Amino acid sequence: MTSQTTRSANPTVSRVRLERRLEQPRWLQIMSPIILLGVALLFGAVLLRMVGANPWAVYSRMAGLAFGDAYGWSDTTLKATPLILAGLGVSLAFRMRLWNIGAEGQLFIGAWFATGVALHLLPETTPQPLMLLVMAVAGFVGGALWGGIPGVLKARLNVNEIITSLMLNYVAIFWNNYFIYGPWSQRGFGLSPQFPRTAWLPRFTDYAEQFPFLRGITAHFGIFLALILAIVLWWVLRQTKWGFEIRVLGDNPQAANYAGINIVRNTVLIMMLSGGLAGLAGMSEVAGVVHRLQERFSPGYGFTAIIVAWLAKLNPLAIVLVSYLFAGLLVGGDAIQPAGIAQMLQGVILFVMVGGEMLLQYRVRFGQV
Amino acid sequence: MAFLINLLSAGIRSGTAILFATVGEILAERAGVLNLGVEGMMLMGAVTAYGVAYSTGSAWVGLLAAAAMGGLLALLHAFVTITLRADQVVSGLALTFLGSGLSAVVGAPLVEVAQAPRLPAFNIPLLADLPVLGPILFQHNVMVYIGFLLAPLAWFYVFRTRPGMELRAVGEYPAAADVMGVSVYRTRYLYVVVGGVFAGIAGAALSLAITPLWVEGLTAGQGWIAVGLVIFAGWNPLRAALGSYLFGAIRRLPLDLQNVGFFLRNPTYGYFMNMLPYLFTIAVLVIGSREAMRRRVGAPAALGQPYVREERGK
Repeated sequence: MTSQTTRSANPTVSRVRLERRLEQPRWLQIMSPIILLGVALLFGAVLLRMVGANPWAVYSRMAGLAFGDAYGWSDTTLKATPLILAGLGVSLAFRMRLWNIGAEGQLFIGAWFATGVALHLLPETTPQPLMLLVMAVAGFVGGALWGGIPGVLKARLNVNEIITSLMLNYVAIFWNNYFIYGPWSQRGFGLSPQFPRTAWLPRFTDYAEQFPFLRGITAHFGIFLALILAIVLWWVLRQTKWGFEIRVLGDNPQAANYAGINIVRNTVLIMMLSGGLAGLAGMSEVAGVVHRLQERFSPGYGFTAIIVAWLAKLNPLAIVLVSYLFAGLLVGGDAIQPAGIAQMLQGVILFVMVGGEMLLQYRVRFGQV
Repeated sequence: MAFLINLLSAGIRSGTAILFATVGEILAERAGVLNLGVEGMMLMGAVTAYGVAYSTGSAWVGLLAAAAMGGLLALLHAFVTITLRADQVVSGLALTFLGSGLSAVVGAPLVEVAQAPRLPAFNIPLLADLPVLGPILFQHNVMVYIGFLLAPLAWFYVFRTRPGMELRAVGEYPAAADVMGVSVYRTRYLYVVVGGVFAGIAGAALSLAITPLWVEGLTAGQGWIAVGLVIFAGWNPLRAALGSYLFGAIRRLPLDLQNVGFFLRNPTYGYFMNMLPYLFTIAVLVIGSREAMRRRVGAPAALGQPYVREERGK
């Protein structure tokens, strides 16, 4: 940090100091995510260069695939849907400083519950709205139960929720594998039979007869659910007493305790809601996209949701925006070899955002000592 | 009996990588810095070791490169959390994402290549011939033997030497350590990087000795398990060894049980066996956390908190 001035002959030392800003100017608050995203893409470009790719070609190809035309937007919407749902769930827990990184497992269990309803609980002839409603409720309950386990362990026994929720991801995936290779398997392949049509979420392309321009738009109505929940959550956190309590619990648990806010109950409740939203993401994937339970139907949505939630600063409306951005990254990344590029870029973006966010809280001062 | 000997021997072998990672994380956390990037550092260590060993023809060079890579990634975490004082949880998560993605990218061409050179395996003269103990303990690759020495040495260093005491002081009460003339920043940087070096070595142990090959996502959560074992171990390297080997055995169990009649007839039940290591980690955490509450020993007091010299307290 200290640098000797070369110009002056006298021994005063000129120093460059980092000084914490007392207040972030408004323009910086708004601009900082954009600046940091640019910096992250720059770092990503350096990494891509190092592994022998042409960064500009990779970026422009990815952007073109994801946002270039209506089909691109449709694919991006498909991937944004689970990201928004799981991202909302994760953000809810993070707001209380509960580090739920088990969204991936909660998503799988939610999908498992929804599959159970579609294939085994309700008959094929069930009217579509009822079928979808029960599936959604089941998906939510499944995710909530799975998220509730780390919640109870944290609240009652003070067991670190980061590790328990993460370990349960693996357990959930093996649980699903058991069923799709075992009792629910279609002839021993790693997938269940296809759902009856009544258990499919409507897709835009299903209305192509009335509206021909929708043909081939495979995005499904899960996106409406995601958008509605984002608005509801935004309102709840902003306008209700309970939303306020959650914020206080996150910022200052001691003060919350003195104020009579029940930590144990809220810990379990928040982890369950958080898991439930991720479970809904799983339901919407099986009912809207794959129409069956199968191996690896999620390319890590639950993990990407963590980055999404953090970058959106846990704001439900911002989560929608960031989800679209990352969905674009996934859509673009799918078409580009080698396969890890999208994940690598996610890591770089999160890293730069985390570090840079702090850096922007300082200002550089030149002064004499 | 042969079954048990086999299981224990394989358990010790497969627990060795986790042992390195756990001891490394213990050192970093003892200095007060939580690093959730272990999984990412292990993956990068594994792929670096494999690639370098393949292209240089020397497994030892690969091991060194993996150690350096682990240290380098940890340095990133150190800069972000110690100098920039960003949230340790989020920075560690970012490191794991980065490591998982980057290792898949740079490792893609390595999946296909012929076997890279391995770290040597050899029997310890005389001891290897002991009944029962011989095959369990003394017929392994070199990383296992280094692992045997690692836990007691790390324990001695942390609890019986002056630098070890300074390390603990920085993690428990950094302001006091600072007053005593111990540089909090330098100490934290040092042990975070050392932790990364160990995680890198753990990755190399997997790809060059234990598994030994490279596939995407080779670690399968072992880095996370190491983070969990730190809590079970109560930040004590000796208990970390116990946990790691026990864990290794449980991880091995599904493979050894594959040929038992019941599982041969119902192969899908194997998926439940595969859950065991992860369920075991949760169980171990519950035990560790209960004990920490009861005996009032636990995490280093300053774990997770950035140190700011100008501010009072802590």
